Amino acid sequence: MVEYDKPAVAIKEMLKRDQVLSAGHRMCAGCAAPTVVKLMGMALRGPTIVCEATGCLEVATTIYPYTAWEIPWIHVAFENASAVASGVIEATKAMYAKGNYAHEHVDVIAIGGDGGTFDIGFGSLSGMLERGHDIVYMVYDNGAYQNTGIQRSGGTLPGQETTTSWAGKVEPGKRQKKKPLTEIVAAHKIPYVATVSPGYQRDFITKFRKALEVEGPAFIHAYSPCPRGWRSETGRSIELSRLAVQTGIHPLYEVIDGEKYIMSGPSKRLKELTPMEEYWKTQGQFKHLFKPEWEEFRKQIQVDINHEWELLKKKCGI
Amino acid sequence: MSKKYDEIPIAGNIVEPGNSKGYLTGGWRAKKPIHKDETCLWIKNGTCGLCWIYCPDNSVKLIEKDGKYSYEYDYDYCKGCGICANECPTNSIHMEDE
Repeated sequence: MVEYDKPAVAIKEMLKRDQVLSAGHRMCAGCAAPTVVKLMGMALRGPTIVCEATGCLEVATTIYPYTAWEIPWIHVAFENASAVASGVIEATKAMYAKGNYAHEHVDVIAIGGDGGTFDIGFGSLSGMLERGHDIVYMVYDNGAYQNTGIQRSGGTLPGQETTTSWAGKVEPGKRQKKKPLTEIVAAHKIPYVATVSPGYQRDFITKFRKALEVEGPAFIHAYSPCPRGWRSETGRSIELSRLAVQTGIHPLYEVIDGEKYIMSGPSKRLKELTPMEEYWKTQGQFKHLFKPEWEEFRKQIQVDINHEWELLKKKCGI
Repeated sequence: MSKKYDEIPIAGNIVEPGNSKGYLTGGWRAKKPIHKDETCLWIKNGTCGLCWIYCPDNSVKLIEKDGKYSYEYDYDYCKGCGICANECPTNSIHMEDE
């Protein structure tokens, strides 16, 4: 693979880049995950190996006898993508020392969905961060185990209806809050943690490049709308990923060495948060929240989000 | 892809990267994006390109030849999700029933 000095952020530079994921993959129409991978490809700087946990992206891009990946790719189980990525980077170092490998350094990227990262792969992710391997871990967060049939995960939002958190007369969907994974990862004091959204592509690419360039582990939390599970229109996926930033459920920020919080442009420029109703009404999975009996619950979610937003602003010094 | 048992690589390995191009997903499409050259910023001066950036199926083809810009869809792979039509800042793309 060719080496690149700079990430491609302008359209004409992007057009010159090789695609990471080729056409003909079988992700659902309107899924944002292939766009997330495409934007990741614009930030690459040279030879790269991708380790991927089980998830929609893994299952639908590599249905035998086809693969959509144009770069070296390894599939592993739900729980150990980060452990395998650690192994891959150590193996390339050992092979280079023996003279069996051409590159002194390869970039290793581990990708997981929110189920494979927030819940199942959490232990091995934490282990990788503690060992300090030079790996970028990217989670594409679509809010549930969409691949196995829309089950609730640690990344599911409060009030979201899934097949294991049904909304009805007694329950308003998921009652619990979303796991603050970015904060938990940042608490490992790793060099670079960032949240990104494919709707802000320039911000996405520059952050991913920074993550590749730092020495030591880096973590990227990408928001990835899922029209099938969210019951939203297929054409609005990218718009929803932007709306998630504007409503404050996925604010864009970076954390350096676990201490220094920097709010990124798209979030910083917001004068005030868009009300959550704007986000909920675009998706069928939240439609029960508009029933009169869940009015209190609905208001409480908004209060919690405003509180989190103020807290984040304080951390970023705004 | 129908291969005989002795033509399949050993252990069922896939030896060609990105061979999913052999699987045409265009048949999934219920609506078809139609592009209008007159208002498109790519055709005008080679900027924008948001449809290309956001297309999940690499179905938008932005072509630059001898300083002239042209635009094509690859209907072999387009699943008709409508992201390009929704994101176009000048409304140069609309969706039509197949």
